[in-house]
Amino acid sequence: MKNDEKHISSYSSLVIVLVILLFLTTISVLVTGFHLGAFTVAVALIIASVKVYIVLTQFMHLRFENLFLRLAVTGVFVLFALITIGTFIDYFFR
Amino acid sequence: MAVHPTHTEHIDSETGKLGMWLFLFTEIFLFSGLFLVYAIFRAKYSADFHVAAAELNAFIGTINTVFLLVSSMTAAMALTAIQKGNKRLTLFLLLVTILLAALFIVNKYFEWSHKFEYGIYPGSPVLKNMSQGELLFFGLYYMMTGLHALHVVIGMILLTINVVKVKLGTVNSERYLILENSALYWHLVDLIWIFLFPLLYLIT
Repeated sequence: MKNDEKHISSYSSLVIVLVILLFLTTISVLVTGFHLGAFTVAVALIIASVKVYIVLTQFMHLRFENLFLRLAVTGVFVLFALITIGTFIDYFFR
Repeated sequence: MAVHPTHTEHIDSETGKLGMWLFLFTEIFLFSGLFLVYAIFRAKYSADFHVAAAELNAFIGTINTVFLLVSSMTAAMALTAIQKGNKRLTLFLLLVTILLAALFIVNKYFEWSHKFEYGIYPGSPVLKNMSQGELLFFGLYYMMTGLHALHVVIGMILLTINVVKVKLGTVNSERYLILENSALYWHLVDLIWIFLFPLLYLIT
């Protein structure tokens, strides 16, 4: 049914997405060279999360998908975050 | 009823795509488990993980990141090309994606054989003399990059099937669900690497 109104990503937009991703990779490599201590991990993970968000929304077309699928994908990552938090709480306050 | 005799077969691409996403969720949780193990042991043996991660070649890791990011773009472009009905461009983009995937594997081969030369491989005597944390790091390193590399190979097979199907015309501008789903799989491979790369290679 929805095939007729399907969004087609343009070649130029995909190139722009790649450039942004490569830029973020460069920042990530440079930042870890600075030895910011505990911040290094945080910065690297934040940049990785931004990159994953871009890949999901742009390359995997989630931006143009229905609300149900977008919520389901968000749910998966929220669930993983909760499991991680739960595991760490269990591990450090046992 | 027989107004559209050519459209008797109903293809529900929305459902087909949802099914692929559900499968990708299981893949995400498969790797999530390993990421969680990594996180806990990293917290426990942070000094050892520091030392062990320094052994990894960040340059090779960065090159492989670039390969996967570019291949993800070409896979997305292949979908655009088939949607626009450009068969030749679709084939070209799929082949570029497969080539980049192959380069990733070749790089991985050199990276691993370099480690093997130093006696760092699962169950090696060198590894047994290392501290507990370093042992865990290399165990996780081989498990996670190995499982990821397996996914790269599966992705290459899927993309090759698509090349054949596009060539035969069974995948075309009207019907391209398998290409769309294969591209989704390929993006997932990229997505996992985006987290693996900083966690294993950069955080030293």
